[in-house]
Amino acid sequence: MGTALQAVALTKWFGEGDARTLAVNRVSFEASFGEILYIVGPSGSGKTTLLSMISGILRPNEGQVLVEGRDLWNQSDDAIAEFRLGKVGFVFQDYHLFPRLSTAENVAIPLILKQVPWDQALTRARAFLEVVGLADKGLLPPLKLSGGEQQRVAIARAIASEPDILIFDEPTASLDGDTGRKIVSFVKEHILNAQRCIIIVTHDSRIFEYADRIMNMEDGRLTGIANGGLHEI
Amino acid sequence: MSRAAVPGILKIAFKLLVNDRGKFAALLVGILFAVFLMIMMTSMFAGILKRSSATVLNVGARVWIMDPAVNNVASSIPMPDYVLDAARSIPGVKYAVPLYSSVALVKLRGGTYQAATVIGLDDASLYGRPQLLQGNIQDIYGENAFLVVKDAEFSKLGNPGLGSEFEINDHRGKIVGIAHVATSGLFGIPTLYTTYSRAVSYIPSMRFTAAFILVEPKSTADIPRIQQAVARLGYQALTEEQFVQKVSDFYIYQTGLGTNVLLMTIISFAVGLSISAQTFYTFILENLEKFGALKAIGAKGRELVQMILFQAAFTALTAYGLGVGLATLLMTVARLRLPDYAAEITYLNLALAFVMVLIIAAISSLIGIRKVIRIEPFDIFRG
Ligand SMILES: Nc1ncnc2c1ncn2[C@@H]1O[C@H](COP(=O)(O)OP(=O)(O)O)[C@@H](O)[C@H]1O
Ligand SMILES: [Mg+2]
Repeated sequence: MGTALQAVALTKWFGEGDARTLAVNRVSFEASFGEILYIVGPSGSGKTTLLSMISGILRPNEGQVLVEGRDLWNQSDDAIAEFRLGKVGFVFQDYHLFPRLSTAENVAIPLILKQVPWDQALTRARAFLEVVGLADKGLLPPLKLSGGEQQRVAIARAIASEPDILIFDEPTASLDGDTGRKIVSFVKEHILNAQRCIIIVTHDSRIFEYADRIMNMEDGRLTGIANGGLHEI
Repeated sequence: MSRAAVPGILKIAFKLLVNDRGKFAALLVGILFAVFLMIMMTSMFAGILKRSSATVLNVGARVWIMDPAVNNVASSIPMPDYVLDAARSIPGVKYAVPLYSSVALVKLRGGTYQAATVIGLDDASLYGRPQLLQGNIQDIYGENAFLVVKDAEFSKLGNPGLGSEFEINDHRGKIVGIAHVATSGLFGIPTLYTTYSRAVSYIPSMRFTAAFILVEPKSTADIPRIQQAVARLGYQALTEEQFVQKVSDFYIYQTGLGTNVLLMTIISFAVGLSISAQTFYTFILENLEKFGALKAIGAKGRELVQMILFQAAFTALTAYGLGVGLATLLMTVARLRLPDYAAEITYLNLALAFVMVLIIAAISSLIGIRKVIRIEPFDIFRG
């Protein structure tokens, strides 16, 4: 199992002076290929901020994100955009699907951004919809789908560019317990593989059983790492 | 495979725009409205200007000599006869002929009066004669002979035919030809042609009679010399284009017409700009999250800029096409109902409206681009 990504003393604050809040405080960790790593902690503990920094969305104030031996944030804006497009897939909490596009077109977006010709991108998008069990929903607008189905469309879009690192922010927050469990167990079975690392932010203890490792955050600090599975933390 | 593929992001941009039917329609209506108004205003203006120079264009002389105070064809100032002789002796003048132009009263069969423009053509050359639809031009030398122009005002003379008779300033008149001219006049009265000598003898006038002297230069290069020589006589020689320009300038700058049209055009532009810039801005704001998501997925800033420019340009051009179509349709319909309708779409009108539409698109997209460039996907995801 190789290292997919390494965070070194990542630090992010917002505001200046008295109004300054330290959202993430010198967090270091490693994520490996083939594992599902959870980040848990109370609301406001800096989880989303941390995810954004390791996925090339938010520039840290201090620290490094090392991927394939290179410091992500030391690269040009275009290179960072390429990283987001090619190396990471991000499943946002609110999905952020495009209501004016069909489900298949939504999934095709990363491919289209990678300059894959339109028809080819849509064919591949339909294959990814099949992976998430929505083969017959490609032509529908996303809003015609249930919450769990929309979540799976978002997953299909995140894996369409075949990223090494897949990131979920609170994937079960807007789903009922059963659907949430199903999604995560599906991800573990079908989306995880030996060349891929999955990082999930959650505070939903019902899905802890699918984690390989669980990182705890509090007040922007990493307070502990435990093995996942059915262990209590 | 040589199929020219539209870049995928533009196709996405297109779908994001067009699939939002309500907003797209609102955008189109705003710009369409502006284009329509701008084209109607400027076309009306162009039509009026062209008609104001109708006689100049219809006579078609290369150079016109006139009193310097003349600023439109309707109010000509006759010149003494020596000017004609002097003009003929200017080197570079191939020939020079007088043109009579005045307004006379025609008494129709029923006893009603109708004003008409009477143009008297040089007897020898008939220089500036109109094209005849019916009749023979030689008949203009016959007794009491007049040609009548079949334009929008023709019916005001009771739709005369060949041989129709009427009275003009207590002389008898007889129609010997029906003529066609390229441009009808602005002043809403019919036009008669006759010979210069008959015009002078039938229509009471001042001591002087030649309203204009029409000059054919030996070559184009002679024109400046002719103009200088005429100026030394205290008169003015203008080429056809210069004369048309002088007449247009008069209507634009000395009648308030130009200012009014300019003002209306600016207002329609401003209205169109504010409606569409605002609608486009709302469109961008509502889609800001989507642009943020695209950025997070890996779209580069310039790709988002391309998308917005494409959306703005597509909307603007579609609305431009619809606006031009609507204006054309309306003018065609208006012309069917009102033969006198003067509006005329020129390439200049179209180009002007096009430039304004591009400005509208540019300003609208600039506002959107500023907004989209600044979004931080992080702010959107944190929810
Ligand atoms: N853009 C921002 N401006 C100001 N404060 C922010 C901003 N983003 C996050 N924060 C603050 O940083 C802290 C961590 O936020 P976040 O990473 O969203 O936490 P979590 O995802 O664990 O709930 C919170 O105190 C939050 O208020
Ligand atoms: Mg969060």
